[in-house]
Formats: sequence, structure tokens, C-alpha cells
Amino acid sequence: MHDMSAHAHVAHHAPPTSFIRKHIFSIDHKVIGKQYYGLALVAVFVGMVLSWLMRLHLGWANLAIPGLHWLSSTGAPGDVMTPEYYLQLMTMHGTIMVFFVLTTAPFAAFGNYFLPIQVGAEDMPFPHFNMMSFWVTFVAFLVLIASFFVSDGPTLGGWTQYAPLSAVGAVAGPGQGMGVVLWAASIAIFCVGQLLGSLNFITTTLNMRTKGMSLWRMPLTTWGWFITSVMGLTAFAVLMPACILLILDHVAGTSFFVASNLVLNDQLQPHAGGSTLLWQHLFWFFGHPEVYIAIVPGMGIVSHVLVANMRRPMLSHRVLVYSMGALAVLSYMVYGHHMFVSGMNPVSSIAFSFPTLIITIPSTIIVLIWIGSLYGSRLRINTASLFALGMISMFISGGVSGFFLAQPSLDIMLHATYFVVGHFHLVMAVAAIFGIFSGTYFWFPKMFGRMMNETLGKIHFWLTFVGAYCIFMPFHYLGLAGNVRRYQAFVDDYLQPLIPVHRFITVAALVTGAAQLIFLYNLIHSRFGGEKAPDNPWQATSLEWATPTTPPPYDNFGGHLPTVYHDPYQYGIEGSTGDYVMQNSPEKVQSVGEEA
Amino acid sequence: MNAHHPQKFAAAMLVAILICIGAVLVGPKVNAAADGTITGSVKLNGTAPHMKGIDMSKDPYCVKANANNAPKLENVVVGSGGGLENVVLYISEGLTSPTESTAVQVFNQKNCMYSPHVLAMDVGETFKVETSDNTAHNIHPNPNPMTGNIPWNQSQPPGAPPVEKSWKAPEFIEVKCNIHPWMHGWFAVVKGPYATTDADGNYTIKDVPAGNYTVTAWQEVYGKQTQKVTVAAGGSAKADFTFQAK
Amino acid sequence: MAKIFAVTIIVIAILSAIPIVRHTWWLPPDVSTHGQPIDEQMSETMAEAGLSFLAAQILLAIFIWKYSKPRPGEKIKNFPGGAMGLVIAAFLLVGTEVLALGAFGAKAWASIYLTPPSPDAMPIQVQAGQFAFYFRYPGPDGKFGPLHPDLISEANENFFGLDTTHDAASKDDIVTAEMAIPVNREIHLLMHSKDLGHSFYVPELRVHQDFVPGLDLSIHFTANKIGKYEIVCTQLCGLGHYNMKAYLEVMSQEDFDSWLKRQAALQ
Repeated sequence: MHDMSAHAHVAHHAPPTSFIRKHIFSIDHKVIGKQYYGLALVAVFVGMVLSWLMRLHLGWANLAIPGLHWLSSTGAPGDVMTPEYYLQLMTMHGTIMVFFVLTTAPFAAFGNYFLPIQVGAEDMPFPHFNMMSFWVTFVAFLVLIASFFVSDGPTLGGWTQYAPLSAVGAVAGPGQGMGVVLWAASIAIFCVGQLLGSLNFITTTLNMRTKGMSLWRMPLTTWGWFITSVMGLTAFAVLMPACILLILDHVAGTSFFVASNLVLNDQLQPHAGGSTLLWQHLFWFFGHPEVYIAIVPGMGIVSHVLVANMRRPMLSHRVLVYSMGALAVLSYMVYGHHMFVSGMNPVSSIAFSFPTLIITIPSTIIVLIWIGSLYGSRLRINTASLFALGMISMFISGGVSGFFLAQPSLDIMLHATYFVVGHFHLVMAVAAIFGIFSGTYFWFPKMFGRMMNETLGKIHFWLTFVGAYCIFMPFHYLGLAGNVRRYQAFVDDYLQPLIPVHRFITVAALVTGAAQLIFLYNLIHSRFGGEKAPDNPWQATSLEWATPTTPPPYDNFGGHLPTVYHDPYQYGIEGSTGDYVMQNSPEKVQSVGEEA
Repeated sequence: MNAHHPQKFAAAMLVAILICIGAVLVGPKVNAAADGTITGSVKLNGTAPHMKGIDMSKDPYCVKANANNAPKLENVVVGSGGGLENVVLYISEGLTSPTESTAVQVFNQKNCMYSPHVLAMDVGETFKVETSDNTAHNIHPNPNPMTGNIPWNQSQPPGAPPVEKSWKAPEFIEVKCNIHPWMHGWFAVVKGPYATTDADGNYTIKDVPAGNYTVTAWQEVYGKQTQKVTVAAGGSAKADFTFQAK
Repeated sequence: MAKIFAVTIIVIAILSAIPIVRHTWWLPPDVSTHGQPIDEQMSETMAEAGLSFLAAQILLAIFIWKYSKPRPGEKIKNFPGGAMGLVIAAFLLVGTEVLALGAFGAKAWASIYLTPPSPDAMPIQVQAGQFAFYFRYPGPDGKFGPLHPDLISEANENFFGLDTTHDAASKDDIVTAEMAIPVNREIHLLMHSKDLGHSFYVPELRVHQDFVPGLDLSIHFTANKIGKYEIVCTQLCGLGHYNMKAYLEVMSQEDFDSWLKRQAALQ
């Protein structure tokens, strides 16, 4: 345990009083966490509406969607989506969801709010950096949305933005000029925000832990955010320069990603000497860690919610931590599986295939520890635990398709098909979203001092759980039949019989999406009219439930940082308050779990 | 703007507005009374080059639409008596006053080809791009950015409403469909009155005010030829052109 | 609620597996000589992934069912074998599984991608561009003329940028909009992109390879069944991506010879 004397005195900054410093340009990590959550909420609804529009178009290609021409008169003349507008919406859906929802909500939002509290700190070490990280992310979002309003609309290149389509300019298609520049600028700015945030997370975890809070006494959520921030620091540091190089190809006449002698629309392009595959390498070196950046915080949240609702610690705290760490390390060695048929040396496909297959081992261990911990537990069913269990189910379903996509020989059939779309939606998008929902229902009482409505929560869960399977399971079947992704309509003869499947998915997506309005209503209604929450409604053990008030005061612990005496999850034992002992309780107990 | 003398400025504006109104009311009538025409024909001397057939097999719709005729390139189309179709005739020198045209021309995508192959138009004149096909096209003109014409690229799915556009500067602009790479045509943007030759190579430029002019004939493969003509008030001048096959 | 949830998980798992087992949607029939290891590998992987999927979902459901019941007085129990048992199980079961899949998969991959084409394979060049494929056959001289990107003009149907007046080898090259190949003859496909990243995917032929602008790659394959198949682009290349396709006709040698003669006459 390290020396804590440096943090003996706390609460040196007084809480702000002006509205702006309190709620807008706040340096309080809790406010910043809520701001991130709000941003993710706006982003996820934008992204969801985009997916509705896409799904409607995929089911019924010539369908007029009333009012669509208001969104873009050129993109939807007569309310019918043009091929390029479909791709533009698709690109924005992917970009918004991956960056502004899956990265911000589980990591930046919950991490900001709870990481300092869970390690017993009064704030992050660089609160101004923290404020900056949110506002920089906010600006990045505005820049991205701004591309809807430039003359030929946002970029159509997909969230992966492969060069040279993204690098040669407007001649390649609508949105490939200004749209790409705005996209790349937005992502570069976003990277700055994430780098600042990651730096804060790492420093908080390493330097700001309270007395008695050894690394192994940190909750699994803290471990999840810590591991994620290490990934964030390295992954976003690669994506940012890649985006800057892409912008230079547009505005400075460079050719980082454009080869010589390309002819578009009968015009010989002025670029020369760049490498097409360079972008893919840079992007996926970020891109694969990114999917773990999206899911590892969710794993932490699900573990954290589950132990409180199983009334027992995980079978092994350390094995879970080591496994999440192994995911992070391996995530840098597997990125080539996105490029099996890209023209990369076929020998490297084999080299990338093995680490990709091996990454299933830590993933399996995590799932087995979760399931194994359910055994002999006293499982409580509530909305938070339902979403946590649902996440496990989704993660299994999405994970097993990884066996296929890790093999170059099967990638011949499945690359760039709906099989891939089904895989990553289940394993990183839906699973991560379930983690976010689980965390929301679990922590809402602490964040807002009110309980969420359980009945509405359960209706929301059921519709979302069944709906998500109805949407994403059939994607795998489509992929097996060779249905190529990123098609705005299915003109190929062999794709015609698959259109009914697409229609089924569209209906499921509309219903599941509408179910999210129940969540939104529950969120807003409970915020103002929910039942008053006690300080520790779930009888949980970690420090966020030990704050003197709910929501926590400005300095989290009212001037006295807690001292930690126990491992994080002392459930299922005889304590003075029931079947659990809180981390800051000096009560001596026979500890459970392997650390004792 | 002269902020120190608001009265002077207002007076100047009033005069300017009156002149504009006057021009609109009086101008066309004066011209119309005196307008003449330039007519003639354009021929090709020598053997017309072989026009390659087009294999549209990538899009079964296009194949079906052309089941009864063999589509081929339209870069040089020679009619009866060696008349050259799709030649654009316009006045390259001598015009003093700008003309205006109110007709909205249509550039149609039919059977996966452009109809007409060459659409001539005045600077600033609005034209419509329409589609009669049951397959999506994209319209991708390639203007030179130095002219001030702004490039665009837009899809037109089946049944989509027409796209209305105009060009700012005179230029011969190639237009292509990338979904059907063989689809290729021209927007011939000129200043003043214009005409395009018909299947027999004949043309008539209407609404030409009296005066001395240089008439230019432009063909996409053979380039330009010019002739000087004099048009009397209400009269007709003749200018025949002959291009030499390469 | 927990019981309904457990049942729901099992029902979803079984419903999800039914179309897989019944092959309601499955790979199209293989028409290539190299596709068999891919199909076998697919079935192997499906069996192992499918069993893992069902086992994990069902175990999850059973534990949810069983341990959500209030059992007053009963102590928390640990899973037999504990965490170490599960870790060892994961390493042994999943470890062997993935190593086996990896090894056999690598073998299948190597048999396709790491073998050279036979010297008498028939060369065909394919060029990808927004949004069509064009094909080039070398003609009687067996040689492809050089490409001149500055001469590319779709407007004149010079899709490849050939200079037939100066390059002797280009004079007899045959450029086509659809691809025809003789059955049971190895094809050496030379892949060239004139503009952006594209891909060459023929599901029936078990062939999938991206075009890399600036880097000409080649693949080789043999089709063993006469028929008409679709070549589609799988690499997002712009607004017409969904409609970037060409037809592949696998013909008898005689039909192919007369097809090529017809195409040569159209040049």
C-alpha cells in the first residue's frame, strides 16, 4: 500500500455558486460525468433515428418517408432517400454510435462520475483538463453534426473511412470533400478529449486512492475504467495523427493515403505515391482496441451490478481483472483480422488469426466467471440485474461469431457481410448498451437522489432484450447467405430472396427503438418525480454508497476521505448491517474471496 | 455604400431601379421586333469513325431496355447526306446585349443513355435533369473549377423528381453516370443564342438581333470552326460548316 | 420474472440455432475446386461455436432460474472447482478448440492463398472502377499491353487506358463487360483498380479479394460447374457501391472459344 500522507487534507476548493461554474463549465467530475451522459443520450437518439431511416430504406427501397426532404432536399428529393444519402446516414450512424455513445457513456460518463468516488478521492487530479475533455468532445460532436449542413452533406465513406475514397476529395462522391474534412476534424478533436480524459483516469487510479484502497481493493468498475483508459491513451494517440494526415491529403495536397495514377470520373488525379493500406493499418490499430474500449467498461459495470445483486463476490476478482487486462494487451495484436482480404500479405493473415482466436480465452474466462458466480448465489431480479444478465447473454451470442471472423479462410465468405454487422452489433454495441442501461438503473439513485421506476424499467428491458435478438440474430443468417453490408438496396439476383428478412429486421428495429422512448420517459420522469432514494438502496459495499449525502456533496465525502478496510465486494457474510460489509466499515469480518 | 450622403444614395438607387424596370419592360420588345436567324447545316467530310457498341450487361435493366436496338457510342453521329448531329452552334463574337431564355430544357436519362447526348444552353439558363429509367443513375458533370462552374454529383433513383440546375460560365462540360460508366454526354454552355444540329445536320439559331457576328460550330470530337455572318434586322443569315473526318 | 427470463433465453437460443441447423440460409453451393476446405472449416466452426453458444446460454438460464429463488438460511456456495477450475477449463477446452480451428483454418487458407497458380493458368485481368468491373483477355499473342492511366476514357470506352495505335501487345487485347471462363480451367486473375478500393466477391466461387489502388494483386481459382454467377463489390466505393457488379459465366471450352471470338469482333 502506498503512502497516503499527500492526500491527508482534502476539499481545498470551495464549491462554485454561479450557475455557469456549477452546471456548465464545471470542474466537478460528477457534473462532467452527467454532461457526458447527456451528450451520449442526445447522440444515441440521433444515431437511433438515423438507423430507423436506414432500416426503412433497406426494407422498402422506394419508400417515401414523409418530411425527409426537410432533412436534405438533395439527399431525399420527394422524400425518397438517394443512394448517397443512405450511405451518409449510415456513416453518421456508425460514427456517432461508436465515438459519441459507446466510448462516452460507459467510459467517460460513468467513469468520470464514479471512478474518483470509488477510489475515495475528492476529485480528479486535473479538474480543468477534465472540464476541457468534455467540452472538447462537445465541440467534436458539433463539428460532426455540422457536416449535415454543408452543401453536399456529410461523408459517405463509412465509420472506417477507408482511403482513397476518403482522401481524393469531392470527385469520389457527395460528402467526400468538406464532409470528410469535418469528419476527420471532429474525430481528431474527439481524440484530444479522450486523451485528456484517459490521462485523468490513469492518474486518479494510481495517485488519488484513499487510505487502505490498494489496487486489489478497487471495484471491478474501477479496474474496467483504468484498463480502458490505458487503451484509450495508446489507441486515440494513433487515430488523431491519422485523421490529421487525412485532412492534409484534402487541404495541403499531400498524398499520404492516395496512390499514383488514379482516374476518377475520367479525370487523372493529381496525387502520387501514397499508400492505400496505410490508412487501414493506422485505423485498425486504433479500431480494434476501440471495440474493447467500448466493452471493457461495460464488463466492469455488469460485474459490479451483478455482485450487488447476487449477494456474493465474483468467484475470483483477480482472474476477472487479469482477463480484462489480457483483452487489452491482446487487442493490439489482433487488428489485422479486419484486413484478411485487404491485400495484406496472406502470411500475416495467419499471424493475426492466432491472437484473434486466443483472445477468446480471456473472453471465455470472463463469461465463465460470471456464470460460475451465479451458481449458489442469492440472485435478486431487478431492472439493473436483468440488463446485466442480458449483457452476458448478448456477449455470448456476439462472441461466438468471433470464432468465424478470426479465421482468414472463413473470412473469404463472411468479410464485409451482414455476419460481421451482426457480430459487432451484438458483442460491442448491444452488449455495451446493456452495460450502460444496467449502470443507469443501478446508479441513477446515487446520481439524482431518486429511484427509477421498476415497472417501466422491466417493460423497457423485455422489449429491448427480445428486440435486440430479433434485429441482430438474423444479420448472421444474411451474412452466411453472402449479403454484403453497406448496400443501400439489393439489386443483385442472389440478394432478392433475402429482402423479407430485411423487412422483419426493420419492423423489429422500429419496435425496439420505440421501446427506448420508455427509457427516456422513465429517466426524465424519475429525475423529477421518482421516489426518494436512500443512500444505499442496493445494500452495496463500494465507496459510492458511503457518501454522506445522496447525491454526493461537491467534494464527495464531506471533507473526510474514507479509510478502506476491506476488499470491494464483501457480500454474503454476516455483518452488523446485514449480509454485507461496506469497504469503509472498520468492522472485522471473515473476508470472502481469494484475497483474504 | 456612401453612408455620409444618404439622400444621394437613395436617389441613385431609385434611378437604378427605374432603369432596371424599364429594361425589363422595354428591352425584349425592342429586340423581338428586329430579331433575325442564322441557319445552315453541318456535314462530315470523309468516312465516319466506327462507333463502338456498348455492353450494358452489368445492369440487366439496361440490357432489357435496349433489347430491340444495339446501343453504341454517340460521340460522332452522322445522318443522311453526311449531316452531323449534336453539333452546337453559337455566336462567339459580336453580341452586344445579353439575351434571355425562358424555356426550361430537359436532359433525360432514358434506356441508360442520355437524351439528348448534347444539351446546349445559355449561361444562367435553368435546365432539368430527368430520369425515365427504372434503375438509379448518378449525374456527375466535370466542369473545370477555374471557370467558376461548380461540380456536382447526385443520384436520381427511379421516380425521383427532376434536378434543376444552371451553369454560371460558358464551358463545354462532360457529364457522366458512374453507375453506368458508358453513359456520357455534354452540357454545352454558351453566351447568347444557340442551336444544336438535328439528325440531318441542320440548325437554326433564332432571336439574333441585327449585327455582324462570328458563328462557332462545336463538335465534341472535331472541335470548333468559325464563320463570320451578317444578320439584317428581321433577316436570315446562312452559315454551313464541314468537319473533316480524321 | 427470473423463470420467464431463463425460459426466454433458452427459447431464443434454440430459435436462433434452428435456421443454422436446417441451413435455411447458408452458403450458396460451391462451384470451385478450392472451396471444400472452406466449407468444411465453416461446418466445423459452426458446430463448435454453436455448441459453445447453446451450452453457455443454457447454463446461464439454468443458474438464473435456480439461484433467483429465495433460499432463507442457505449459505453462498462456490461453483465446484472454483475460479481455477473454470480458468483451466477455459484454457483446455477453448484453448484446444481455437488452436485446432486456427491450425486447420490456416491450412485451408494456405491451400488457397499461399500456392502459386499453375504455369498454364489462363490469365484474365479485371479492372475495378466506380462502379463497374471490366475484364481484359490478352488475345492471340497471350500478352497484355501496358496501361496508360492518362488515356483512360470511359466516354470512348477505353476503360483500361490502352494505346492500340502504339502498343503492339494491346492491339489484340479483348475488353469485355462480363467475365466468361471455361469450366475446369484454372484462371489467374490479375486485379487492378483504376480509382479506389473495391473488392471481387463471388460467393459461389469462394473467392473474395480486395482491389488495392496502386498495388496489383492476383488470385487464382478453377470453377467446376457451368452457370451464371454474380461478381459483387464488397468494399465501400461510393454512391453506386450497391450496384457495382458484373456477371461471371462459366462455360464449356467450346462455348467460351466462340464467346471470346464474338467479343473480339466487337472491339
